[in-house]
Order: sequence, then structure tokens, then C-alpha cells
Amino acid sequence: MNPESLPEQARRAWAVAKKDIRIYYLKGPVLIFGVFMPVFLFLAFYMGGRDLPLAFLIPGLVGMTLFFSATAVSPAIFPWEGSAKTLERLAACPISIEAIVLGDMIASALFGIGITLITVLIGVGVGLPVLHVDILFIALFLGACCFSALGTLLAVPPTNVPSNIMMLSSLLKFPLVFISGIFVPLAEMPRWGLPLAAISPLTYFCDLARYCFSGAHYFPVTLDIGLLALFAVVLSIATMYFHRKTMPRRL
Amino acid sequence: MTDIISAQDLVKTFGRNRAVDGVSFAVGEGEIFGFLGPNGAGKTTTTRMLTGVIPPDSGTATVLGHDIRKKPVLAKQGFGVVPETSNAYTDLSAWQNMMLMGELYGLPRRLAEKRASDLLVTVGLLGNKEQKVQAYSKGMKQRLILAMALVHDPKVLFLDEPTGGLDVQSTQMILSLLRDKNREGMTIFLTTHNMEEANRLCHRVAIIRHGKIVAIDAPEKLKMAIDRVHRIEVSFDRGVPGEALGEVSGVIAVNRIGDKYRLDVLSRDTAIRSLVAFAASNNLQIVTLNTLAPTLDDAFLRLTQEGGS
Repeated sequence: MNPESLPEQARRAWAVAKKDIRIYYLKGPVLIFGVFMPVFLFLAFYMGGRDLPLAFLIPGLVGMTLFFSATAVSPAIFPWEGSAKTLERLAACPISIEAIVLGDMIASALFGIGITLITVLIGVGVGLPVLHVDILFIALFLGACCFSALGTLLAVPPTNVPSNIMMLSSLLKFPLVFISGIFVPLAEMPRWGLPLAAISPLTYFCDLARYCFSGAHYFPVTLDIGLLALFAVVLSIATMYFHRKTMPRRL
Repeated sequence: MTDIISAQDLVKTFGRNRAVDGVSFAVGEGEIFGFLGPNGAGKTTTTRMLTGVIPPDSGTATVLGHDIRKKPVLAKQGFGVVPETSNAYTDLSAWQNMMLMGELYGLPRRLAEKRASDLLVTVGLLGNKEQKVQAYSKGMKQRLILAMALVHDPKVLFLDEPTGGLDVQSTQMILSLLRDKNREGMTIFLTTHNMEEANRLCHRVAIIRHGKIVAIDAPEKLKMAIDRVHRIEVSFDRGVPGEALGEVSGVIAVNRIGDKYRLDVLSRDTAIRSLVAFAASNNLQIVTLNTLAPTLDDAFLRLTQEGGS
């Protein structure tokens, strides 16, 4: 066994992911927050008197659910583990910082996909069939990778106070929801809004989700998939790079 | 003896405080090496650099021949760490913590289960293995993290104050396990405040003060080296004037303590021979005659106070 090899480090990352799921994700409040938060935001817009059709709102709800659930816990794991000194335990183990980050991302992505599938079922339950199941699964996978990397990236500042990170996280997450075409169709956005939407990975996920549920889309589907994949790769590399830089200051 | 741990000019600065200032030493295979020093001397920082938890500002550290900065995974694969603060996952059970360690060290599942069971028996926690660690006492947590550090059967074990604040039972269990592991060939690097523990356990000790190593030697040699004046306690079958004892060859000071005399002498051998001759010439019987060696505490205090703070 070569402990430095990629397969071996991937196995150890999976061990970190299982630990994260047990400790941080399989908790009642976390599961409830993951579902309730997007549902309440959705209801606010559904009952807001704007007469938006379900075929528009449900894909938005799916997008929000994936985004909020995949970024709900991951920003706080590093600060929690830093303050509990368990990060020091991981740092003394033969696992690279990149593999620790990957483990956190896997846990976050799996949690995001699991919760989002519930929302998809709700959509189907209210009479909105999934027209492109294969594309939906590709979108869910890429979106989950992308948002979990983003969530882990938010934990880069070397503080061990989770509330500091959660505040920073909220500052970024909420504006992103409003510029990503969830509640305002991209075609109806003001001219200044489109460039903002283009820099948000959530835009491409929502466009894909909309295509999966209604067949409508703003960007070409291949472009949505390509850009979502690009965001996932860039954000993953960035989060691993910056955690390598800041982790010693956290310990 | 092959060097298993090697530190070369390790330096670590936090803000304006140079916590570790050019520390160098080597630990041989199969040694129990004690790392002693007062609070804030740089013990834990040195240990954290050696175990790859924090990087040094300069200098190199190798464990089992692997540079901890260049080949951290390979180096860490060969050692276990028992940190100062118990850091098992309190939301997991002892068994889940052990299995997590097994996975992080790349052990096959069955081997990890076998080792975990054996170790939990050894540290007396098998009966509590399904209990979440948050319900454990301090002693139980400390025994668990020792078991977690041993699950991959490491060649080297780093321990930072492993018995601090523990009850006698847990302390004895841990020390006994460390002795057993050392007999099996494990190299042990032990940071401690406890002089008695270091004295009984360590083959060599290093004393660190203000981030610098001030002495490295075997505990007995260290004790002897710190003081040129030795002490002897003697008592006779009847009283003797202190002045008379003061004139015995080699005796430089006499203090009466109860029915005994405590003598400061330059040479034990000369003083004992002279005392025997003194007793014979004065028709006295020697009831007790003890040589008082300086303790490791004495050596530690002397070495850590020299030069002021």
C-alpha cells in the first residue's frame, strides 16, 4: 500500500466524508433546515401575487434546495473541528489536506443531492413530470460538486468561530439566489442583471433544472453543463489550494 | 543506533514570540525520549512541528527517514500521536473513532476491527465501545486516544502530557502500556511535566527552556551533572557534636535533622571512608548511612532557572 497514492487518499477522503455525514449531516435540525429553508422562500414567491407558473417555480425550488443544502454545513466544518481540536487529529494522520477537503466536499454533495431529490419528488407530486431524467442527474451531480466546493471555500478564512463563517456565508449565498434567475426569469432580467447572473453557477443549474422539468431554457444545455463543470473544477481547485495555505494558521 | 526522529535547527515564531529557537536533537530506535520544560518553553510547539501539524519557520524534522514537510503522508503513516488535549470525536462512539482511525491509516476493515478490539480490551474500554465519547470521563477519553494512536501499530509514538490530570489507575495503565510497547520495539517521544514519570520511563531526556534545548542526557547523568556538591545522611547510636563531624575529611557543611546529620560533601567516596574511620576512632556505631542523589526535579529546576527568565 502506498499511502500517498491517489486511490488510497481517495479512500481516506471517503472516511472523512462518512465521519462528516454521521457527525454533522444526519442531525434533525440540519435535515429540517435543508428542506424548510427553500420551501419557505418558494412559498413566499408563490404566494406573492406574481402569478409565476409552477413549471417556472419548481425548478427554482430545486436549485435553491441544492444550493442551500450543499452549502448549509460545509462552511462550518473546518471552524468546528478547529475549535474542538479534532482538526489537529486529522492533521496528524496520513491524509493530505486536499483529501480532507475532498472528504468534506463529498459529504456536502451527498447531503445536497439527497435533500434535493425530496424536492424533485415534491415537484413530481404536484404534477410536474421530469422530462429529461438523465440531464437532471448530470445537473444534480455537477451542481452538488460545484456548491459543495463553494461551501468549503467559504471556510477558508482561518477562524475557529463558526458564527463568523456563517455570517460570511449568508452574505454571499442570499445575493446569489436573487441574481441567478430563480425568481426572475433570465429573459426578463434587466440588462445589468444578466452579467451578474452569468457569474453565478446557480444560474446554469437552474437553467438546466428548468429544461428538465419544462423543456425551456435560456442558455444552450451543453453550455450550461460545460460551465457548471468548469465552475466545479475551478472552485474545487481553489478551495483545496486556499485551505492548504490557511490550515496551519487554524491549528 | 539508527535515528528514528531527527530535528535540525527547528524555529517557530508566533508574532514576536520565538516559541522554538533552533532546536536540534535525535531520538534513536527503541528509545523512550522525554521532552521536559516549564509551561511555554516550546515543548508542544516542537511536538506539533515534529508531527506535521504545524510547519516550522525554518529547520527540518524527519521521522522514520521521511522529511515531515516534504513527505508528510509517508512520515505520518509510521507514527501515532496522543495530543495534549483529548481530541476524539465526541459525537461518535469509541468504536466508530477506532474504525475512523483504521480507515485514515489505510487498514483493511478486518484488521482494524481486530486491532480495535484488542486495544479496547487493553485500555479497559471494550464494555463502553458503543457509548458516545461525550459521556466518557477524562481518563477514559485519554485511554481511548492512546488506543486510537496505536490502532495502526506505529513504529513511533508521540505523546504530549498523556497523563496530565488523570487518576492513578488511568496513569498506571497508560505508563504500563507504554513500557510494554517500548519492549516490543516502539520508539516513544514523551512530552511531560512529570519528573517522576520521566525518571521512571525515559532512557534519555531533553530539557527545553525559552525555546532552546539546555540539556540532553540520561536522567541519572543529568541529575549527577547538575551539582558538584553531594549530600549524605548519617546517624549514629549516640549523639555526636556537629563540630566534630564538620572536621571530617571531605565534609563542607553539617545540618542536624532530627536524629540524623545531613552532610554536604565534595566527594561521596572520600566522605564515606572518612565517616567510617571517624566512627571507628570514636567508638560509634553507624545506624544509617544514605547518599542523597539530586532528583530530576532538582536538575529540571536548576536547568530551567539558570540565567534567569
